[in-house]
Amino acid sequence: MDALDGNAVAGTLAELFGSDLTDATTICIGCGDHRPVGTLIAYVGGPGIVLRCRGCLTVQIQIVRTPRRVRIDLRGARLLELVVPTSQR
Amino acid sequence: MAAWRVATVVETVPETVHAVTIRLEVPDWPGHIAGQHLDLRLTAEDGYSAQRSYSIASAPDGERIDLDVVRLDDGEVSPYLTTDLEAGDLVEVRGPLGGYFTWEPADPRPTLLVGGGSGVVPLLAMLRHHAALDRPSGMHLVYSARTAGDVLHRDELAALASGPRAVTVTLTRDAGAAPPFRRGRVDRTVLAEVGWPADAAPRCFVCGPTPFVEAVAEALVGLGHAPADVRTERFGPTGG
Repeated sequence: MDALDGNAVAGTLAELFGSDLTDATTICIGCGDHRPVGTLIAYVGGPGIVLRCRGCLTVQIQIVRTPRRVRIDLRGARLLELVVPTSQR
Repeated sequence: MAAWRVATVVETVPETVHAVTIRLEVPDWPGHIAGQHLDLRLTAEDGYSAQRSYSIASAPDGERIDLDVVRLDDGEVSPYLTTDLEAGDLVEVRGPLGGYFTWEPADPRPTLLVGGGSGVVPLLAMLRHHAALDRPSGMHLVYSARTAGDVLHRDELAALASGPRAVTVTLTRDAGAAPPFRRGRVDRTVLAEVGWPADAAPRCFVCGPTPFVEAVAEALVGLGHAPADVRTERFGPTGG
């Protein structure tokens, strides 16, 4: 499966968060790195989306969609920081 | 941003044997920044739908958007877009998307663009916007294609390469590569020659297939560029 960038799932993230998330940053729970979501490693070929830290490969965010619900697991992102104004772009 | 809009196909223009420019008119398009992409969704009469992401090739221009779509023969969406789509057809789009891989015209620093294959598309939007605004800061594009026949917008690229803008095209699978094309891969030597020295602190944008992006980003960091100044966008077939 090809690994892409978080940028590749910008549409899904914007749909869920109502904001562009690619230049939002996370702090990785594994290594403490502070990186834009657009740079995380994105796996999009499976049943969900998996975003991993590009530094230490820790799974930061997992998104799984079922017909009725979306589950967003943020276990590997200690902080998610969005750029204001969040509704633009 | 996250809302789907119905876009009308204004025209489709064959660009190479494998690629087509699709010109869309999107009512209420909020405007984009060069480098952004959109999601495009096709829905069949039976309700089956397929969605793909495409970089926007055009500079910001009201409600008009150009996409360059390269046909993947075993793909599900690109054969339809490149072969069957016609003026007047409707498609759904969502965007503009992505605030990370974007060129801000107000940035006074020089900009190095490095694209592999159709990874040139978002960089083309940056080059077009730079030219449209007649920005004085330098902008150099290095574009790696397989053969001369695969080069997208080759005549326009030649025209864009003037004043502060330069374009270098390298061909990886064309034994007969002749000027203005170079033969070979985009490596450290090419980047050192065409790009700026690290102390000029250029913004670098690299887009293409994952192995291309990794190799170029590594070479740029090896030349002394700050990793934070090297912005990358990898793409791969997500179903075509």
